[in-house]
Amino acid sequence: MCRTKINKIKIKILKAAYAGGEGHIGSSFSVTDILYVLYNSSVKISSELINSNDRDYVILSKGHASLAHAAILEDKKIITTEQLMSFCSHDSILGGHLDKNKVPGIEASTGSLGHGISLSVGMAMGVKIKKRSNKIFCVVGDGECNEGTFWEAMLLGAHHNIDNLYCIIDYNRSNDRALKLDSLEDKLKAFGWDVINIDGHSHVEITNAILSNRSNKPKAIIAHTIKGSGIKMMENNHEWHHKVPSFDELKIMIEELS
Amino acid sequence: MRKQFVETVSKIIEEDESAVLLLGDIGVYGFRDVLTRYPERSYNIGILEQSTISLSAGLSMVGLTPIVHTIAPFIVERSLEQIKVDLCYQNLGVNLVSIGGSYDYAGLGCTHHCPADVSILNEIPNMQIIVPGHPKEFDQLFSQNYNNNSPSYYRLSESSNNKSYKTEFGKNIVLQEMGDVVVIAVGPMLSKVLEAIKDLNITLIYCTTVKPFDFSSIESLLNKKILIIEPYYNGPVLTNILRENNSLIGNFTSIGVPNKFINKYGTKDDIDQMIGLDSASIRKQIIEKMSE
Repeated sequence: MCRTKINKIKIKILKAAYAGGEGHIGSSFSVTDILYVLYNSSVKISSELINSNDRDYVILSKGHASLAHAAILEDKKIITTEQLMSFCSHDSILGGHLDKNKVPGIEASTGSLGHGISLSVGMAMGVKIKKRSNKIFCVVGDGECNEGTFWEAMLLGAHHNIDNLYCIIDYNRSNDRALKLDSLEDKLKAFGWDVINIDGHSHVEITNAILSNRSNKPKAIIAHTIKGSGIKMMENNHEWHHKVPSFDELKIMIEELS
Repeated sequence: MRKQFVETVSKIIEEDESAVLLLGDIGVYGFRDVLTRYPERSYNIGILEQSTISLSAGLSMVGLTPIVHTIAPFIVERSLEQIKVDLCYQNLGVNLVSIGGSYDYAGLGCTHHCPADVSILNEIPNMQIIVPGHPKEFDQLFSQNYNNNSPSYYRLSESSNNKSYKTEFGKNIVLQEMGDVVVIAVGPMLSKVLEAIKDLNITLIYCTTVKPFDFSSIESLLNKKILIIEPYYNGPVLTNILRENNSLIGNFTSIGVPNKFINKYGTKDDIDQMIGLDSASIRKQIIEKMSE
């Protein structure tokens, strides 16, 4: 049931990328399950709640996976199908990286890697200062774990006991070819975070990781994923990091997901 | 100015429950009382300027008013992309207050100099730049504007003018009007300029807000010779004047990308057309110039 639903969302992502002639599909497909679970079983957010102080916050720090985020917002009826399909056109509200001042439901304008997690630490500290109980879910890519600011944020999160912050690492191994993150779990634990490893495509494992109240530490969830998950020609294939399918490729991909 | 900064911000932290102070391990002794009394809203956050800027954006996004303080090169040059993306692109009400403008830390050498701060930040859309010339002016300008919901940069300096004026955000003050030459003195340059012109027939304008620049204050003086005296790399005030009125450059016309975020998508050609950098728009400007 969920897999069918995810595949339908992925088909919309492909169509939006094809229509817009732009997009990071591989990165979007590795994170689709994570975002879907966040918006459907874990996070307090809906079209009615998007401006409420009671909502939880989702920050997609790997902003280039904007297609996945936009497709989930469309699925939740926060944006329209027409808006999704206008992806990257001149007057669209949706670009290759989403603008918080244009897109309802987008909390932060991300795109340059390594900003979102530090910003999320600030939001998490801020809601505590305001004595609110919101949770902050920040989705980062493994590539941006190269950034110094990611590790600055790990220091800050642990030092200030930011237990309302969840850092979900979409570990699709896209960066292994550049700078490997060997023993990421050990590194994060050494920084003082509560760390678990999960299958980032298993909705049960994602849900359990988010709902379990394990400690008063900030939580890191290393979600092992496959870049381009669901499309054989795309899976773990760097060629598809930033590439739009041709019409024929689109047909093959839609058939595979149908 | 540093002492006044502590006094002004301490009062704000005490009175305004939305104000949050973030120190980059600078000014900690001065703020010791605030750090002790309001630990939930005042932090010696550490020596990680880039994340501090992003963190301040996060605080602002949940309704707080951050005040971030450290030495000028570290807050501006090291954290530049965070300032551009997290503060200015998102257009958030975060206050950056630097100390050690230009070569205030003369003895420490170029690593601690920052004469580029104002010209760098002047290029970032949405950023407001305030250069007080006296501690009392910092108090006036900061107290009026710290919660105005815009990214703002306050440049504190070791040197101050001998006298303070009643300053207002975004307003220049015409101190005297005589002769055919106009001098615009920015912030702490004023005392030196006053000494320099004491026996001269000069129109003198005092500027403490570099961006947005108070163009109306010089509109009636544009036919005169104008000298701009700035305490950092020269240029930002002239740039802001010319951006307001391009015809002031005489034989030159400057055309380029306008100083605002281009928040449209599509193709590069779409954007070129939108901002007038396509061939047809350039031709139109050239023909206008030819017919002048």
